[in-house]
Amino acid sequence: MTTTTTTRRSSLVTDSRVLIGRSARHIVRSTDALLISFVLPVFQLLLFVYVFGGAIATGTDYVNYVAPGIILVAAGFGAAITATAVNADLTEGLMDRLRSMPIHPSAAVTGHVVASTARNLVVTALVVAVALVVGFRPTAGAWEWVAAIGVLSLFVLAITWISVIMGLVAKSVEAASGFAFFIALLPFVSGAFVPTETMPDALRVVAENQPVTPIVETARGLLLGTPIGNSAWVSIAWCVGILAVAAPTAAMLFRRRTRDA
Amino acid sequence: MQTPYASRTRSTDEVPSGMAIEVHGLTKSFGEVPVLKGIDLEVQPGKVLALLGPNGAGKTTTVRILATLLRPDGGRALVGGCDVVTQAAQARRLIGLTGQETSVDGLLTGRENLTMLGRLWRLGTRAAERRAEELLALMDLQGAADRPVRTYSGGMRRRLDLAASLVAAPAIMFLDEPTTGLDPLARQKVWDAIGDLMGKGTTVLLTTQYLAEADLLADRVVVIDEGRVIVDGSPKSLKRQVGSERAELAFRDGHELSVAAALLDDNHPVVDREDLTVGLAIDNPWHLHAILGRLRHIGLAPLSATVSQPTLDDVFIAFTESQRPEATKGAE
Repeated sequence: MTTTTTTRRSSLVTDSRVLIGRSARHIVRSTDALLISFVLPVFQLLLFVYVFGGAIATGTDYVNYVAPGIILVAAGFGAAITATAVNADLTEGLMDRLRSMPIHPSAAVTGHVVASTARNLVVTALVVAVALVVGFRPTAGAWEWVAAIGVLSLFVLAITWISVIMGLVAKSVEAASGFAFFIALLPFVSGAFVPTETMPDALRVVAENQPVTPIVETARGLLLGTPIGNSAWVSIAWCVGILAVAAPTAAMLFRRRTRDA
Repeated sequence: MQTPYASRTRSTDEVPSGMAIEVHGLTKSFGEVPVLKGIDLEVQPGKVLALLGPNGAGKTTTVRILATLLRPDGGRALVGGCDVVTQAAQARRLIGLTGQETSVDGLLTGRENLTMLGRLWRLGTRAAERRAEELLALMDLQGAADRPVRTYSGGMRRRLDLAASLVAAPAIMFLDEPTTGLDPLARQKVWDAIGDLMGKGTTVLLTTQYLAEADLLADRVVVIDEGRVIVDGSPKSLKRQVGSERAELAFRDGHELSVAAALLDDNHPVVDREDLTVGLAIDNPWHLHAILGRLRHIGLAPLSATVSQPTLDDVFIAFTESQRPEATKGAE
């Protein structure tokens, strides 16, 4: 049955390409959402650097300490947009049309994942640019940049799949966006804004054992030359682990949600 | 003739039973609530079937099962000879669906919606653009083609939705309440589009609450209520079951009414003392002429005499009332 599998694979690629194009148009046209996903993290960056930064002792220039964390926050805000878009497809009628057509069942989700990941990476680049303007001074060479972008992309991809799950689980568009803001809060209980040693013991255990902390440590290490330790491997393990669980879960939820809705 | 958009579609000519749609003993429950209790229906290729029933009768559930969106609990449904459960992929190549909720993308323009669907149907970008242009013209949407769909009126959205289901020129179309909530002008435009489909030999299954709509469009009407088929027949045959034409004579006062009722007693008059009318079944216009002649003979002139066809409303009321428990009769 090689022909069948080939046809199925090619139909996934072609159908996904069309639906990625659709999601990309959505991103460009929902200017308010796009603006929020960029302005919120930038606002937060400025808030932390100029308002709180002076009072937080990190042993370095605070903008250098906080910039990698802000990048992760940006990915969190992006998650809300993805969850909302996935949920809108289910709660409005378009999914019925796509499902009554002979297209690859995963193409609709793939379209969202690819377009959202791309949007998050563009927003990340813009946030980095603003950080550079306000004094972020990375010391990374070309390879370190490549590695940092790689780790961040992996994180963005993992977050995007989790957002898809939230979009699939939520009963309404509002709930979907509410769920996803939890992701945006994750960096606050991590080493992204303050060193974890300053937290109460119980919180510190949480902060040090959630994915954002090792990813921030890795990004800092790569961009600013601080020690990385085993953070890089822990980060990759987290992201790959999330992907390995989230992608099949999303596929399963999608089938279930669209079967007997 | 080879159509340019045939790559993901195929014709229904090869179906052995010859029926475009076949449904046997279809059942479906949502949780504990049974929605379909054994629906049977058949539609011949190129015919229009109207599924008529009140809200909650099971119309939409039936359509969703036929459109491969919902699994039935029991029974079988075939579209173009393909089982909608075990051969869903093949069935999808044959069908187009316009649901109650408009299923187009609000952020894209009308043209982009249709082009996107054309590409998903593998028409190729050029052909998809041409097809979109054709359909926009057909649905009278060229003026709004490049506006985002969320700026469309209800009627425009519905027409775009109809166009979206026609992209691949499906052999079988499902239209779930295609004109619900539309103003008369918008409704007429949708009817014209459906008429166009009928002219092209497309098999159509449409659901409606409007009896006039079923009467106007359908070759065959299936009335369902509470998940069961209660009547199945041509619009004409259903009307025949309810009665022939009806004449209604209105009188000035109760005395005249009584005199007329007594005179016409052999015609089984239905006397309405509130409206001061006498209703009579008549076989043909000459029959009415004869009745008026008898009144004239005794010097009694009715205020008015009107003749009407029994509508599908009469059919619907007659059949649903007779099926329901006594307690709910006349509740509305």
